[in-house]
Amino acid sequence: MCGIVGLFLKNPALAGDLGRHLTTMLVGMTDRGPDSAGIAVYTRPDGVLKLTLFHPDTGYPWREVGGQLGQALGVEDDVEIKANHAVLALKGADEKAARAWLARHHPEVRVMGWGRAMEVYKDMGRPADVASKFHVGAMGGTHGIGHTRMATESAVTTEHSHPFTAAADTCLVHNGSLSNHNRLREWLKRHGMEFETDNDTEVAARYFAHRIREGATLKEAMEAGLKDLDGFYTFAMGTADGFAVLRDPIACKPAVLAETDDWVAMASEFRSLANLPGIAKASIWEPAPAVVYTWSLGGNA
Amino acid sequence: MITVDLASSEVRALNQCLHDLRPDTNERAFTVTNPLGKHAIAAGLDAPVEVTIQGHVGYYCAGMNKHATVVIEGHCGWGVGENIMSGTVRVKGNASQAAGASGHGGLVVIEGDAGPRCGISMKGVDIVVGGSVGHLSAFLAQAGRLVVCGDAGESLGDSVYEAKLYVRGRVESLGAGCVEQPMTPEDVAAVADLLARAGIKADAKAFRRYGTDRSLYNFHVDHADAY
Repeated sequence: MCGIVGLFLKNPALAGDLGRHLTTMLVGMTDRGPDSAGIAVYTRPDGVLKLTLFHPDTGYPWREVGGQLGQALGVEDDVEIKANHAVLALKGADEKAARAWLARHHPEVRVMGWGRAMEVYKDMGRPADVASKFHVGAMGGTHGIGHTRMATESAVTTEHSHPFTAAADTCLVHNGSLSNHNRLREWLKRHGMEFETDNDTEVAARYFAHRIREGATLKEAMEAGLKDLDGFYTFAMGTADGFAVLRDPIACKPAVLAETDDWVAMASEFRSLANLPGIAKASIWEPAPAVVYTWSLGGNA
Repeated sequence: MITVDLASSEVRALNQCLHDLRPDTNERAFTVTNPLGKHAIAAGLDAPVEVTIQGHVGYYCAGMNKHATVVIEGHCGWGVGENIMSGTVRVKGNASQAAGASGHGGLVVIEGDAGPRCGISMKGVDIVVGGSVGHLSAFLAQAGRLVVCGDAGESLGDSVYEAKLYVRGRVESLGAGCVEQPMTPEDVAAVADLLARAGIKADAKAFRRYGTDRSLYNFHVDHADAY
């Protein structure tokens, strides 16, 4: 069992409260996932490349590494440390070059997410503890997704926590389990995908990234997943300008959607939506199985 | 009228208080505020009382209900009114999966839409849905009646036994062993009565009836002792 949540703000005036609401939603799913938790928070991109990095040692010399990387790429760097994570902001840097430099010079550092809009934080522990460790409540932004994990399929580690990232500004959270992930992983490897864990959700994240790289839209990629991914799933996928929700065709895992003029929210259970502002007047419904729901900053799709 | 605020009291305490009621209790009306999507609210009632829940509830609300009337003024999660024995459970909003699952008697009313597997394994309960139901509704339904004013999703009535299914809108597909059957004057009267009890306005003559063709029956009633 796991819990997933997503919040998309239609009213920009609420941007400052995104992290606070996301924290409440995440904590609401504690019973469904006490092992680990994670979130991805999106802000309006301002051209700066952001790498969210992880190292288990809280004393890791992030500023030194950031400085070296900035110098190597010839760009300005800025480092913000949050517990065992750090967000490295590189003005005008090329993301491939930055990740390649890190992989070569600091293979001990794990890249949790990268892009111009997204930051990703995840770790072991109860959702409330994870949220407070990274000060999620103080974060602002346009939208975010989160996950609370009760592990059934692979180990409980920071690396196995969700969200999983496979492309810039894109991440995936998953409630369920996939049954054909081993074969699909081999297939994706043959198409040039590299894997960091043995986790099934990482396979799904890379599968969608692969389809998008081939030219599919987010919606098309997720629809292709209905054919290629075998198993149980409710997915929430975050992208630079929105988020998408998809349930498997037999609706094995729960999901509930709520919408007001100010926001759209999804969660595994209503408990996570109960404290959102204006929830009493929200329209609330269960997303239909095998239907891709998307919301984007440019309008509903 | 007794009001219980679930922002400050536990569901367990609320349910214990409702379970402690005697059949001849003078306390007949309860209001529950701030349900906040919590699970098993007002489950296992066994007294002729009326419980109104002001807001959205989680899983298994009003499960195993006997005698009581439970009104949910909002959305509800999985298994609302599951295994209901008698009484009435009414949802003013939409319901998630497995509404009225395995209910033996009583009436479940969903004024909005119900999700997949509505009335799964129903055993005598009557279910009236103002909107549509999801896939595999009335799966293995043994007895009782399911009335759907909107549409029904895939595989309606798969492996249905003797339950009667009435749908006004489109049926995406019928499950194994489930066929359309003639709508008799008795069926029209039964649907009209259920709609009236549910307080839902719809023309009973506009419904179609579905039920078992008994092609999956691999037993014979004469051999009942042997089973």
